[in-house]
Amino acid sequence: MLTVADLEGSPRQRRRERTMRLVFQTAAVATIVVSALIFFVLARGAVSFLVHIDWDLSKLSDTGWFPRRERFDLRTIVVGSVIMGSVAMLVAVPLGLGVAVYLSEYARPGVRRVLKPLIEVLAGVPSVIVGYFVLRFIAPDLVATLFNPTNVRNMLAAGIGIGILVIPIMASISEDALRAVPDALREASYGMGARKVNTVTRVVVPAAVSGLVAAFIIATSRAIGETMVATMAGGFDGSGPFTGYSPLESGLTMTAAMTNAAGGTDQDVGGASFEVLYFVGMLLFLITIALNTLGDRLVKRIRHRY
Amino acid sequence: MPLMTPSRAGAAAADSVRSRITTRDRDVAGIVMLAVLLVAMLLTLLALFALLAQVVGESASLLSARGLDFVTSPIGSDPDQIGIWSGLYGTIVIGAMVLVVAIPMGVGAAIYLEEYARDDSRLTRAIMVNIRNLAGVPAVIYGVLGLIIFTQWLGPITGGKSAIAAGLTMAVLVLPIVVITSIEAIRAVPSGLRDAGYGVGASRWETIRDHVLPYAAPGILTGTVLSIARALGEAAPLIIVGAVTGLLPETSLTGFFSAVPILIFQWTGRSQPPNSEFAFTESAAAAGLVLLVIVFFFNAAAIYLRNRFERRRAGQ
Repeated sequence: MLTVADLEGSPRQRRRERTMRLVFQTAAVATIVVSALIFFVLARGAVSFLVHIDWDLSKLSDTGWFPRRERFDLRTIVVGSVIMGSVAMLVAVPLGLGVAVYLSEYARPGVRRVLKPLIEVLAGVPSVIVGYFVLRFIAPDLVATLFNPTNVRNMLAAGIGIGILVIPIMASISEDALRAVPDALREASYGMGARKVNTVTRVVVPAAVSGLVAAFIIATSRAIGETMVATMAGGFDGSGPFTGYSPLESGLTMTAAMTNAAGGTDQDVGGASFEVLYFVGMLLFLITIALNTLGDRLVKRIRHRY
Repeated sequence: MPLMTPSRAGAAAADSVRSRITTRDRDVAGIVMLAVLLVAMLLTLLALFALLAQVVGESASLLSARGLDFVTSPIGSDPDQIGIWSGLYGTIVIGAMVLVVAIPMGVGAAIYLEEYARDDSRLTRAIMVNIRNLAGVPAVIYGVLGLIIFTQWLGPITGGKSAIAAGLTMAVLVLPIVVITSIEAIRAVPSGLRDAGYGVGASRWETIRDHVLPYAAPGILTGTVLSIARALGEAAPLIIVGAVTGLLPETSLTGFFSAVPILIFQWTGRSQPPNSEFAFTESAAAAGLVLLVIVFFFNAAAIYLRNRFERRRAGQ
């Protein structure tokens, strides 16, 4: 007669089953440990930074970014991030959205098979190479000839570079959202005699709107977190006064402030000019987590509806 | 005025339909829309090709004059002598660390989440939300993590600011990508395959090993290849961890290190010294070309694998 004991397998087999389960579970739980460590490291460093400046918060709103003199005007780096991020989105939203609508609604399968990998190639270009491209082409040959800025390296040029990096993200999430719209909606629209352009703008895009907003939010978060282009082409070398709100001025992003703090030649790891790295990192971490959570919620909403 | 009879009305309707179809009642909005979309597509492709042209154009004379010598020389201060070997070494170590650390961990976590964990448990949901958040954390922040954990706390093992520490940092950076792509690959395995395994008396691990993983392997491989490409191209975390940019005569696992992206970053900003044949920016372009070739190779491999995988599934 068959008993429960026969189905349980040998003790060795059961031990192996338990071990494998534990190994995989450990790997999964380790991802939570990574998050906890990131938060801990940033929080500890941020507090240590605040102790170093004696909790004198006026140093965080005082005329510009001079790490050596313990002047950390947060306005400098926040405005820098917002301006470069905005320029990037002004480039990436129309282009990324255009690419997505074209690939999803207009391109024939053969054309799509050629163009889609090309967009993926652009997605694979390392940001440091885009930084090089901005410094060697976009800043001197494009921005400088068209707008005559005071400094060849400026927020407009850097923002355009970040925009180029963000186009593929914007395009791929938007395309997923558009393709998730069921064909029945398109057919219903054609059935009522609507033309393609009206079907796309009045039926497909509105149906995919939460996914498109999600694409925008996730792309924004990428643009704010982008580091190399801002560091290389932002034109703000380590320290200086707040440069104002014109994209034609040089500027400092939160990310570039971090690489500057870490990459300086004679930094002592204990000083406030180094530890500001953790404080800015914490700020950046919280901003991107907030944006990504919002974006994720919206992506989930399109999945629920169809 | 002619009398409107039923037959005349029919002819008039036919006329009007014919003129709607044959004459040029143009769909202006549609043409404008298509033009706008094509312009967006073309500008995006133009950005890609201008970038490639700039990199190839500026590196051509240096690479044709120096050839392989540029790949095997160490970094230094004379743009006529320098090469990328020191950086290439660091980049290879980083790729190897991702392969050895991030891939097993990421695939293991994905197996747990898809095959073992109950979807409704609080732990599972926490892990899933957490992984999605980690995927969105900027790379530069992983640099801070690597600086504290891998160069300070684990300094006695990694040797401080070393290639090993940089590799571990990059492994953690790509871990969420590996988990997410592996989850998608495992989720695509038909549940009938698992049932077949259990049906013949296989245990859960045996079913995973013999049924689930072989079927999910191409998808997992695609994610693996993409994550390695990502790790090789990142520069920001390496700046925080402490990559060397000046002189680096020796390469070692636990000593000072550099990486190809770091070299591009440094050389792009340097001006040409007098009496030298080549500018640092030409070296930057040449190093950029090498990095692009490496990264594109991995990306092309991923796209090829994915296409083959999709075609094979469709054929079944």
